[in-house]
Formats: sequence, C-alpha cells, structure tokens
Amino acid sequence: MNKLKIILNGIITENPTFVLLLGMCPTLGTTSSAINGLGMGLATMFVLICSNAVIALIKNLIPDKVRIPSFIVVIAAFVTILQMCMEAYVPALYESLGLFIPLIVVNCIVLGRAESFAAKHNAFDSMLDGVGCGLGFTIALTLLGSVRELLGTGKIFNTAIFPEHFGALVFVLAPGAFIALGYLIVIVNKLKTK
Amino acid sequence: MLIVLTVITVLVGALLGYVYGITAEPIAQAKKLKQENAVKDVTPAFDNSPIDEQYTVTVNGMELKVFPATKEGEKVGAAVESKTKNGFGGEVVIMVGFEADGTIRNYRVLSHAETPGLGSKMEEWFRTERGSQSVLGKHPAKDNLTVKKDGGSVDAITAATISSRAFLDVIANAYTAYTNNNCDGATGATQQEKEADHE
Repeated sequence: MNKLKIILNGIITENPTFVLLLGMCPTLGTTSSAINGLGMGLATMFVLICSNAVIALIKNLIPDKVRIPSFIVVIAAFVTILQMCMEAYVPALYESLGLFIPLIVVNCIVLGRAESFAAKHNAFDSMLDGVGCGLGFTIALTLLGSVRELLGTGKIFNTAIFPEHFGALVFVLAPGAFIALGYLIVIVNKLKTK
Repeated sequence: MLIVLTVITVLVGALLGYVYGITAEPIAQAKKLKQENAVKDVTPAFDNSPIDEQYTVTVNGMELKVFPATKEGEKVGAAVESKTKNGFGGEVVIMVGFEADGTIRNYRVLSHAETPGLGSKMEEWFRTERGSQSVLGKHPAKDNLTVKKDGGSVDAITAATISSRAFLDVIANAYTAYTNNNCDGATGATQQEKEADHE
C-alpha cells in the first residue's frame, strides 16, 4: 500500500465519521460550533498519531492476552498528556471541550485503528494512518460544527453570515446534531456513489 | 505477560509524572490569571491585591470567595466569586462585582452548564440595556431582583426562566456574602461616587 493511499484511506474510503460511524459521542457532543469541532478533531488526531506510532513500535513485545489493556494504557497516557498541555497552554479551548477531552480514551476510532492497523503495520505507516484518520475525523467534525453553527446562530467560526435571530436554535442543541449528521452522511454517500 | 503490563504502566506513570511537573506551573498561572482578569473586570479601579486579601464566606452551605478592592486604603467595592446549584444544568459560577455601597457594577460568568443558545446567553443578556434586562447599576437590597414571572423587576432570558432564576440567585448569594463582612461604616462615605461608573 503506498503512503498517499494510507492517508486518503482515512479521509475518504474509511472516514471515521461518515463511513465507519465511529466515535459518535464526541462527534455529536462537541460540534455545537465550528471551532469546537476543529479543536476536538485536532486533539483526537494528536492522540491517534502518537498512540498508533507507539503501539506499532511495541506490538511485538506485548503478549496477545494483555494486548487490549496495554493499548488502552498507551492511549490513556497520551490523552492525559494532551489534557494537561491543553489546560496549561490553551485554557479557553480546554474549557469549551471540557469532559470530552478525557473521553478521547474511549473513542473507538483510537482503539479501533490501534487494533486494526497499528498492530499489523510498521511505525511509519501507522503514523500516516493516524494522520489520515485524524484528518478525516477533523474534517468531518469541522464540517458538522460549521453547519450546526451556521443554521443555529448564523455564524461560522464566530463570523456572522446572517443575523442570529433567523437561526434555528435546534441545530445547536442535541437533536440538531443528529439531523445535521444524518443529512451530511446522505450527501457524502450520494457523492461517493457517483 | 504480567511483567510486560507492569513495565508499560510503570513507564507510562513516569512519563505522566514528568509532564505533570512541566505543566503544573502554567496551569496554576492560567487559572490565577483568569481569576485576576475576572476580578479586574468587575470591580472599580483598585490599588491593592484582591487575590491575596480574599476571604471566604459561607452562604446557603456554599463557600464563596470575596475579593475586597481598596484604593488608597479606602474600600471601593469587591468581587465575589458566587455560585448556585439551581441552574438548569447544575452549578453556575459567576464573578460579581460590587461598588462600595452594594450596587452591582459588573459580572462575568466563569462556568455554567446551561443550554447553549438559551441559558448560555446570560453573559450578555443581563448587561444589555433593553427593557428591564440589565442588572448593572441595580442594588440587590433596593431593587427587586427576581424575574418578572416571580413578581420581580428583571426580564428573564426568553425561554430560559430557570437559568435566569439561577443567575439572580447567584447575584443574591454574592450580595449576602458581600454584606456579611461589610459592616465597617465605610459605605456611607462613598455613596455619592457610584453614579459616574455606569453608562
């Protein structure tokens, strides 16, 4: 498999959000605005790249029976590092993402990629897979966040497109997350089958 | 098997300890800066250090922090980090600033879990001069600071009455905390100066 293909695989063919439908909890929970979606996507991407690389490096040392616990320890370590760094250097984003940062640990994309890709490939390819999946996730979350922010409040990245009182508040709330995600998946599927 | 898992957890533990050591200082600083900025935003100009002179008052079973502001030794007001548990989504924490006589000067919402787009509007709503939304320049003891639905004088946020009640509850708690330790007689002298600060 060539290198570019690995990256594109994560963005298009196996896009975690639109195709695999993995990691729905942060997808629906954090995308109330474009900037939150972007922040969450980048945070997950960081964890994906680091955990994929480390797991690919140590996979031969780990006995099969403790494989999953070891993977989770590695993932949790990177999430905790990320959490502490974010709290220290970007406190505003840390506050708006809140509980969803520690929840990256149980995001099934991260463990899923560790199991299905990093455990079978070398460290460099695994990193590329992390980049690809991370980008796919980031793009999906930013897109969903933009759509919800635009329809809900008339803004994208806090830039006003139309006056706020024309916005349908439901899109900022949980039901709007499901509706917007559903329609985005429809559009993506339509484009892919063409 | 056991050894591998042990080695991994020990290594990870050490790594986390190391990162914690690096980030502990910036985290503490970021928190302190946020608190300082909030205090500065809501209180009249001061020349003491409200953070160092803070004290706590227990109101309704909650410990509230009071940051007294003085200028040239005279009390000019205070910021109170006040909260309530009656928000629509749980706890609401607001830094409320008072003039020396207890008039609300400004506020800053520090944390809340209210509904986005509804209750979360409180940061803007209660400072906007429209109808009787604004609480700035009001006095908790003289003006009836409850929502109109409860017979008060404040317009609640549209479709977020519970959040509005919670907000006013926080203000009331802050005022209680402020006045509890404000019986030093200095309030009378500064009464006249308060008007100038509001638009």
